[in-house]
Amino acid sequence: MATNTTQGTQVPSKGGFPAFRVETYGSQLLWLAISFGLLYYLMSKFIAPRIGGILEERASRISGDLAAAQAMKAEADAATLSYEKALAEARASSQAIATETRAKITAEADAERKALEAKLAGDLAAAEAQIGTARAAAMGNVRSIAVETAEAIVQRLAGTGADAARLEAAVDAALKR
Amino acid sequence: MADPIKQFELVPIVPITIGTGDFSFTNSALHMFIIVGLTAAFLLLTTSGRRLVPTRMQSMAEMAYEFVAGTVRQTAGTDGMKFFPLVFSLFMFVLLANLVGMVPGAFTVTSHIIVTAALAMLVISTVIVYGIWKHGTHWFALFAPSGLPKVILPLIVVIEVISFISRPISLSLRLFGNMTAGHIALKVFAGFVTAMAGAGALGFLGAALPVFMITALTALEFLVAALQAYVFTILTCIYLNDALHPGHH
Repeated sequence: MATNTTQGTQVPSKGGFPAFRVETYGSQLLWLAISFGLLYYLMSKFIAPRIGGILEERASRISGDLAAAQAMKAEADAATLSYEKALAEARASSQAIATETRAKITAEADAERKALEAKLAGDLAAAEAQIGTARAAAMGNVRSIAVETAEAIVQRLAGTGADAARLEAAVDAALKR
Repeated sequence: MADPIKQFELVPIVPITIGTGDFSFTNSALHMFIIVGLTAAFLLLTTSGRRLVPTRMQSMAEMAYEFVAGTVRQTAGTDGMKFFPLVFSLFMFVLLANLVGMVPGAFTVTSHIIVTAALAMLVISTVIVYGIWKHGTHWFALFAPSGLPKVILPLIVVIEVISFISRPISLSLRLFGNMTAGHIALKVFAGFVTAMAGAGALGFLGAALPVFMITALTALEFLVAALQAYVFTILTCIYLNDALHPGHH
């Protein structure tokens, strides 16, 4: 079909379809090997590592950021948990302090009351003892007064001194009644 | 009418002859370096900032990377990523070759069978060399699926070998055929436009039809350019999977 081209003088054109001219294959193969070899070299040495690196860095950055966010969330959760724990502890300890204080105050009041009661009881006993002695002394005085009075009555009535021993016995018998 | 085959003609720019062979730097070679330059510029300049939050252009480079990496991982597994530079190079080279070929006046590198065949042979020889280096003779189990009756085993082996050999052929012919046919069709309809427009007033009006056709075909060719690059890439991944995991397919 095709005729010789005006520029095709260097290629020994024998006519026919250009793609089937075997004499052009050497040149095409040589320059394809050189150009495609260059492309493959650039691809494996520079292009693929660079773009692969960019994509990998982005993926690792995203996953790293997600992990950091996850860690921060966990940290916040832990902080909330420890805050709640501290709050509960404080509440419990305040309750304990209140209970303890109440118990202490009650115990102190009890002790004071007991001491007061004991003191009062002691005072009462002392007063009673004093009253007893006073009474005994009074009773003793009553006897001697009664004896003296009886002696005086006997002296007046009988005109003579009465026997002291009989007088005392008679007074004692009268006091016992 | 312009010759629709002329666009596939190789034009030497710097004539080089080694021995009796012709290794001239041609328009095809120039376009190969344009493709490599555009690929490197696109993928290196846009990512030079190494931004954590990408710019639009960096995002495009990353999308291309992720697209091919996803294809490799899905079809050949995570260990297929050791072939990633090769697969990504093939994808970008074929895609840019097809797209650069859509620029009016530009040369379509992938419209030459020797180029697509060389790329296909690169894939298949990678599969064979890596498969044997990694799995030794176990790699040949690829041709003899386990659990088959001994009677039909020879038949299956023959079929498997033929299907393996046909892979580079179909891989290269598909790309070459699509690119060549599409560009010829574009040129033929473009030829109709000029031929009819030159044939008087009625022809000038009639030229509207091929103009509409060429517009639709151009859109289709852009689709084909991207699709064929993807097909080439995914088939490469499937074949590489045989080198990595010959037992199960």
